[in-house]
Amino acid sequence: MKFNIIIGLGLICLSLIISCQSDDQLEFKRYYSSGSLIYQSKCQNCHGAKGEGLSALIPPLTDSAYLKTNKETLACAVKYGLKGKINISQKVFEGQMPANDLAPVAIAEVLTYITNSFGNKMGTITSEQVNKDLAKCK
Amino acid sequence: MRKLLPAIVVMLLWNACKFNDNKKTLPIYGNRQPVTKTINGQTVTDTIYQTIPKFKFVNQYGDSISNKMLDGNIYVADFFFTTCPSICPVMHRNMLKVYNTFKNTGNFKILSHTIDPKHDSIPVLKKYADKLGVTGNTWWFLQGKKEDIYQIAENSYLVAVKQDDGTAGGYVHQGYFVLIDKQKRIRGSYDGTDPKQVDQMIEDIKTLQAEPNEAIVK
Repeated sequence: MKFNIIIGLGLICLSLIISCQSDDQLEFKRYYSSGSLIYQSKCQNCHGAKGEGLSALIPPLTDSAYLKTNKETLACAVKYGLKGKINISQKVFEGQMPANDLAPVAIAEVLTYITNSFGNKMGTITSEQVNKDLAKCK
Repeated sequence: MRKLLPAIVVMLLWNACKFNDNKKTLPIYGNRQPVTKTINGQTVTDTIYQTIPKFKFVNQYGDSISNKMLDGNIYVADFFFTTCPSICPVMHRNMLKVYNTFKNTGNFKILSHTIDPKHDSIPVLKKYADKLGVTGNTWWFLQGKKEDIYQIAENSYLVAVKQDDGTAGGYVHQGYFVLIDKQKRIRGSYDGTDPKQVDQMIEDIKTLQAEPNEAIVK
């Protein structure tokens, strides 16, 4: 009898903990898991399963400092591609990244995945944020 | 059931023995034809296998590369182009593993043929090799006449390639790695985008390296 009560209380506590996850956390998880699928189909061939890039040909996605300083132009890079020289992880990369015509919400999801994987930790990049950033693309 | 038991035990033992001396050999692919010839007055039937024919291309250093220079070599062939946005990066990420495994073994080569020779000039191929971190003469990036490359891809290495301006990058091609033995016969074909198949190829290359040398077909 006592045992049952303990289990019952445990279950109640557990369900409280789960349901008490904030909306923010839930949103993050939704973005992150959808983003992981988009990453596999659109980015992984070049940037690798661990975001490691490819030698001096394709930059890695592990440079947290670069991602932070360029946070507002990441959406543009995904949507319209990149061209010319960039400096990542103390190496110069040149060449071309192809454009990926994804919906703003998909861009937000994949960016949330990238900026919170491979050693990066930047929190959720929302689709509102992406819409704002896309309006400023050069 | 009691009568069956010894039979099963015997079968298991036999299988175990068979497994032990079962030396792995790789199949030989391509067309083959039987040939009957007379040696020392006796009629012998031999099989002629499909082999990679003569070719002449240029590598990333500007050196002329012919089929002769591959005599006695095991090699892997693939088809790519440097501006390829889809499967080439993952193919060459996997090929780098093959390169790093065998670059110091000798008698081993990798031949990556560009299917966009107009853009991929020799300096472009050299730059690509440098950036990939490839040096020396184990991995050659080959450029040649487009017709020649396409013909050898489809007819000899059995890899489909074609120009298609409708797709990203402008070319469609299969990402196969084709394994060729010292006699220039096809011994394997692997999906170069799949790390597991590439690991299998690395094992198969070791199997081939352990094969006894036969007369080299010229």
